[in-house]
Amino acid sequence: MQIVFEKPKALSDTPTHYCPGCTHGIIHRLVAEVLDELDITGETIGIAPVGCAVIHFNYFECDVAQAAHGRAPAVATGLKRVNPDNIVFSYQGDGDLAAIGTNETIHAAARGENITVIFVNNAIYGMTGGQMAPTTLPGQITQTSPYGRDTKTAGFPLRMCELLATLDGTAYAERVAVDSVKNVLKAKKAIKKAFQYQIDGKGFSIVEILSSCPTNWGLEPVKALEWLRQNMIPYYPLGVFKDKEVSR
Amino acid sequence: MADKVLMKGNEAIAEAAIMAGCRHFFGYPITPQTEISAYMAKRMPKIGGTFLQAESELAAINMVYGAAAAGARTMTSSSSPGIALKSEGLSFLAACDLPSVIVNIQRGGPGLGGIRPSQSDYFHATRSTGHGDFHMIVLAPNTVQEMFDLTLEAFDLADKYRMPAMILGDGMLGQVMEPVDISRGNNIKTYVKDWALTGTKGLRKRNVVNSLYLSAEELELLNFQRFDKYKEVEKIARTEDYLLEDAEVVVVAYGICARIAKNAIDTARKNGIKAGLIRPVTLWPYPKHQLKAAAEKAKAFVVVEMSMGQMIEDVELSIRCSRPVLLCNRTGGMVPTREAVLESIEKAALLKGEQNADSI
Ligand SMILES: Cc1ncc(C[n+]2csc(CCOP(=O)(O)OP(=O)(O)O)c2C)c(N)n1
Ligand code: SF4
Repeated sequence: MQIVFEKPKALSDTPTHYCPGCTHGIIHRLVAEVLDELDITGETIGIAPVGCAVIHFNYFECDVAQAAHGRAPAVATGLKRVNPDNIVFSYQGDGDLAAIGTNETIHAAARGENITVIFVNNAIYGMTGGQMAPTTLPGQITQTSPYGRDTKTAGFPLRMCELLATLDGTAYAERVAVDSVKNVLKAKKAIKKAFQYQIDGKGFSIVEILSSCPTNWGLEPVKALEWLRQNMIPYYPLGVFKDKEVSR
Repeated sequence: MADKVLMKGNEAIAEAAIMAGCRHFFGYPITPQTEISAYMAKRMPKIGGTFLQAESELAAINMVYGAAAAGARTMTSSSSPGIALKSEGLSFLAACDLPSVIVNIQRGGPGLGGIRPSQSDYFHATRSTGHGDFHMIVLAPNTVQEMFDLTLEAFDLADKYRMPAMILGDGMLGQVMEPVDISRGNNIKTYVKDWALTGTKGLRKRNVVNSLYLSAEELELLNFQRFDKYKEVEKIARTEDYLLEDAEVVVVAYGICARIAKNAIDTARKNGIKAGLIRPVTLWPYPKHQLKAAAEKAKAFVVVEMSMGQMIEDVELSIRCSRPVLLCNRTGGMVPTREAVLESIEKAALLKGEQNADSI
């Protein structure tokens, strides 16, 4: 019998706790496939955030440190400075990376810290039940923006890739989405490139992945992907914002 | 043969850390401890170590968390307002049983306070270090030599018991220069850390450093187990005593205050008062048994500290309020004088074991 499809080796057998239709699962798979293909699981240390991915240490077959809310890039810095030969990646949501941990994110990038950041932007705080995130779109309804995000009082969303691209320490910043097969394939390529940049010692690499939260958006999984396509992608354009190799 | 080197207190801490094998230091500038960072910035690149000036104390303590998780000996230092920011990380370090050394060279508070010496973070260090049920080891040096020795010991205890350890100093100890015998730094014990995150290399199951337990039963059990460990750690509680044998008035003071108290005790003895000193070297665990034993002979206690009266609570608890306890204190960056301590000793000598000092 020929095996035509199997689970990446870098993923454990533990069933994930993610809601049905949530794209965190797809992103886990992409990261795991990349770890397999680059054959680096044994060298890799992951950082789990505070957010829906808080227990990703149950799923990835590499060493993992769970970090305080937003501090993953600082924790990654400590790990990487001790063992520069380890491959260190953080996996963070938008509240974690772009609100409470903005300082740690920006400075890890500015230092050119040789780590990889997988940034899952779902425009909402998933784990705590759907509050407004720094990336919540203008007008978007959440538990704490019940009349829609009013930019007069709640300000504007952060475009992290654009922001980080301005820093000399950022080697690679790309925004992708996991709303379609085509985009999922592109997302994997970007993740692989980000890890390869770390292996090659090029500095800070980040892949921002537009992801769905059907539960807190109050949409069925397929509708959620449509909403992502129609609302998030126009505000958060996909593409490469920084590539050290190309700009030099 | 002893190698004696003239050093500032802060430098002694930094050099001891290096001799203890610390190669990863993460700091953020704040007076009066900046010499530690400056020393590390100079030395680390020369010995293949890392000095990193973090973007904040929050970042620095979380870098320590990462480096400790990787199995390295690692340290951060700060002063009072910066230590407050480290509280989050201290709780995570304790929760994940990660060995690490944290230095607090205290300054006057609250708020931004001042930059003169203080002991007003005693409660923070021994009681409210961060959220949740946990402790860290707290060591209180009172000479530059002890800044050196206790830093070596802090690294050892942190590794041995797998928990954070703090050096609690003050601005005066940090700045003063004294000769230091550094020979003890040549004899360092190391520990196997099979729990560290170094990559599985495909040879073992993954290691995880984590403090999230959604099952209350599991979390309670873990806390029970950690507190069982603390029972063991309590055995390291220690004091340095001076003229305690026949003392009727027992002065309790740590850090720089203990040196002032010693002076006052000498004068009191000349004046015919049987005074003695207990200097807690460990603030957590607190040497409560030593204090309780002293209370059997003593008539009264005097606590000297540079705060509005924080350690005095531990003295009263340790002796179960069985003797009057007077407070001789200054705050906000002021240091108690020898004369003020002497006056308190004389007052205490008149109390003759009465229960309540407030009625005098
Ligand atoms: C210091 C601190 N503040 C707040 C929280 C509560 N909290 C848990 S998860 C979370 C937000 C997570 O949202 P995000 O980072 O967007 O990730 P997602 O859950 O959407 O994947 C918050 C605020 C916490 N655990 N710690
Ligand atoms: S709450 Fe949202 S982000 Fe979290 S698992 Fe459910 S769908 Fe995914």
